[in-house]
Amino acid sequence: MILLVSLEPWWQKFKLMAKLKTLEDYRDEIKHCVKCGGCRAHCPAFGAERHEGRVARGKIALADALLDGEVDLEEQFLVDMSQCLLCGSCYSQCPNKVQTEEIVAATRREIARRKGLSSFGFGVATVLKHPKLMNLLAKSGGKLSRLLFKKIPESSGLHLRFPAPFISADRTLPPVTAKPLRERFPEVIPGKEGAPTVLFFTGCGINYMYPESGEALIKALKFLGVTILIPQEQACCGLPAVSAGATDTVERLASINLEMFSKHRYDTIVTACASCHSGLRQIYPGMIGGEGEYQKKIKDIFVYLVEQGLPEKLAQLPKAEKRIKVTYHDPCHLRNHGITKEPRAILKALPQVDFVELPGAGSCCGLGGTYSVYHYDTSKKIGAKKAALIEETGATLVATDCPGCIMQLQDSINHSGGNQRALHILDLLAEALP
Amino acid sequence: MLDKTIINGLEQIVGKEHVLTDKASLICYSYDATQRKFLPAAVVHPGTTQEISRIMALATRHHIPIYPRGAGSGFSGGSLPTQSDGIVLGLTRLNRILEIDEENLVATVEPGVVTEDFQKAVEKVGLFYPPDPASLKMSTLGGNVAECAGGPRCVKYGVTKDYIIGLEIVTPTGDIITTGGPTMKGVVGYDLTKLICGSEGTLAVITKIIIKLLPLPEAKKTMLVLFDSIDGAAQAVSNIIRGKIIPATLEFMDGRTIDCVREATNLQVPQAARALLIIEVDGDREFLDKQAQKIAAIIKPLGVVETRIAETPEESEALWQIRRSVSASLRRVNPDKFNEDICVPRSKVPEMIRKIDKISDKYGIPIVNFGHAGDGNIHVNIMIDSKIPGEQEKADGAIADVFAGALELGGTMSGEHGVGIMKAPFVGMELGTAAIDYMKTIKKALDPNNILNPGKIFPSDV
Ligand SMILES: Cc1cc2nc3c(=O)[nH]c(=O)nc-3n(C[C@H](O)[C@H](O)[C@H](O)COP(=O)(O)OP(=O)(O)OC[C@H]3O[C@@H](n4cnc5c(N)ncnc54)[C@H](O)[C@@H]3O)c2cc1C
Repeated sequence: MILLVSLEPWWQKFKLMAKLKTLEDYRDEIKHCVKCGGCRAHCPAFGAERHEGRVARGKIALADALLDGEVDLEEQFLVDMSQCLLCGSCYSQCPNKVQTEEIVAATRREIARRKGLSSFGFGVATVLKHPKLMNLLAKSGGKLSRLLFKKIPESSGLHLRFPAPFISADRTLPPVTAKPLRERFPEVIPGKEGAPTVLFFTGCGINYMYPESGEALIKALKFLGVTILIPQEQACCGLPAVSAGATDTVERLASINLEMFSKHRYDTIVTACASCHSGLRQIYPGMIGGEGEYQKKIKDIFVYLVEQGLPEKLAQLPKAEKRIKVTYHDPCHLRNHGITKEPRAILKALPQVDFVELPGAGSCCGLGGTYSVYHYDTSKKIGAKKAALIEETGATLVATDCPGCIMQLQDSINHSGGNQRALHILDLLAEALP
Repeated sequence: MLDKTIINGLEQIVGKEHVLTDKASLICYSYDATQRKFLPAAVVHPGTTQEISRIMALATRHHIPIYPRGAGSGFSGGSLPTQSDGIVLGLTRLNRILEIDEENLVATVEPGVVTEDFQKAVEKVGLFYPPDPASLKMSTLGGNVAECAGGPRCVKYGVTKDYIIGLEIVTPTGDIITTGGPTMKGVVGYDLTKLICGSEGTLAVITKIIIKLLPLPEAKKTMLVLFDSIDGAAQAVSNIIRGKIIPATLEFMDGRTIDCVREATNLQVPQAARALLIIEVDGDREFLDKQAQKIAAIIKPLGVVETRIAETPEESEALWQIRRSVSASLRRVNPDKFNEDICVPRSKVPEMIRKIDKISDKYGIPIVNFGHAGDGNIHVNIMIDSKIPGEQEKADGAIADVFAGALELGGTMSGEHGVGIMKAPFVGMELGTAAIDYMKTIKKALDPNNILNPGKIFPSDV
């Protein structure tokens, strides 16, 4: 906590460019839930703990009751609201397309507004909104987990009573890099004469935990000959803060990024993290003042690579004699945007890969932003189902397109005693590229 | 509010963690798919038949209403705890498939098993449980039995009760009894199994279900046919069946429904299409093509605008997707929907649709129809905006007229969703006084204190 006090609050002076909606703004959306219960079939949290408070329909009923003053912020209400992975599985299958993720996030903000940020939410908020601090944490070489999820005494005066076991000792976490990705490259890597410019929105996962995947992405972009722009001022997309109900943090992070997007010149923005993609494409435009030209330019890296004809180029490479069996997990935050074909197209085209489809590829891995921190046990149950499905495929590797999923998949596999490795498709792509 | 001693008693029976009395939890078990809301006094999730038996005994002793609940996907309010001192009896912890007997084609399950989970489990071993309510991904088998659920496949395969050959139940006073059994025949005593099927949780709590299975058909073939009138579509249904073909499903959508789906999903359907049938045949692979051709020939003279036959599972899926997008697309018509499920003799479907169109004109509110043409089961969706003064009254009037119209044609006001609280006020229109008294006598004899799901089915108190 000492660290936090000494922060220079430069970002506090930052002009807010976008504001989040309040729960009140979702009153009409809430009424669109017709209580059919269809979400019971798709909610990973409900699948693990069959209580109606876990499922979208229940949460919407609770949000409605809160708006009507029928229920207080009692303990069970907080537990139920914390039991959502914001994975959007319910939304993607909802016949009425009710935005449960947004309603839950808005309810968490309402909780924070009334009761103060939860201890956990506060911790994440404080760390994420300050890239310099994150660099510092990373460089100190310690485990990100210990610092980022620093134990805060339960007796702390903070009112929210989400049961927060924080990071469990038996959890597998990737080591934090000594040198974040964005420090490894200049801001601009010029491409061929007249080539388009691609802005790489790295996200925190790739910058701090999986920089090799970021290097792989840069290698792929270099292969295409485009100019690469990696603005140093970019901040966290804000998704974890949304999950924690940290209104102020989300608004400030969004503002930093929105300003960055408006300042630079580029043709495309690429992400290699499903959560960042969703953060930029779903949260920002949902904010008051968050829309803009930049929206049309955001692309998941594999959507971009497929558009650029990479699968055809890869297909020309000679097939490796010894190939590895690889399966693919659909991150919720890409699946919800209908991005399922492109990552597979790249994987299938790789010369060293034998692709096998994963049964239930689109079911949530169980990480869910801050979810797995609050609810590690439930998260593990969800992850165990996934690990069993991965085992079923006989694959050696499970590839995906989201650092969060990679972390969770590896943890789930380790817990279930499997020996598969989880990795980013980009890592495999980099191996194949000349 | 419930007396503390009763809460303690419940906690002793099922364990503290399975008794919920906090406000948030009560809210979460206060509704079902009717969107009506009644807060219970407590929610209890028992784990065994014995526990349920003890809960019923306790409730009988203290005259506390008990409301069995599966997934809460009911469309008639059957699971709603309408009295504020009532207890919701959640049955989802009883969710084991106890046995799939491949030798006798019989399975035994607990009531909380989700319909689709069960279907998948039996299909894995080449067996088939046909009842397929559209809610099968969430509804429980207990709820299906209690409502005698139907679905698209019923035209060929029948409804839930046709597959239930035995039950274990807990009576309102707490006795545990079994009805029927795993044999294909059995005529000793009254057929209590059939009495409990469709009894909407008012006569007993179902704790085990013995289910008859079929061999899984090898393949299926789906076709979508567009007609220039509802009469053509209805005639097609009759002609197909008269041609000695019973398709596995015969779903229809009227012109208004097609318009809604077209607007909502960019469905490519010509304006000339005023009705649509989705026809699926199943059975041995080589015989399906022939059947599809035969159907196409039978319906050809009936004003067919277009026929699409799915050649692959993906194409078949795309055709079904049209049917599935109906519910969501209706929201575009008006925000509030009253969903009735009348059933008329198959041949009377066009007449019924015409009656409904007249009712729609009379009240000046849109009514959209789709459903299971094969068994005359029409989902009548009365669309209003209840915020507009007077609309609710119009809907009430239209509902009564629709029921009256169905009865005139020899039909019923509910084919599958049950009475619950939503249709209770209208039951007298269909069942004469003597029939209602006969049923009430049964209810009174089995549940003397009227504690098991009181306030359901009957227009006035038992
Ligand atoms: C989108 C949607 C589509 C639907 N489509 C269909 C359809 O095609 N066909 C159809 O028939 N229905 C349909 N329904 C209605 C509903 O799903 C069925 O009635 C289903 O059988 C209810 O199951 P449930 O587990 O949700 O039961 P609930 O709604 O929880 O309860 C229904 C009734 O069963 C009683 N009950 C539940 N479990 C038990 C038990 N173990 N012992 C005794 N009583 C019990 C309850 O008291 C209540 O009266 C649909 C509903 C929705 C929301």
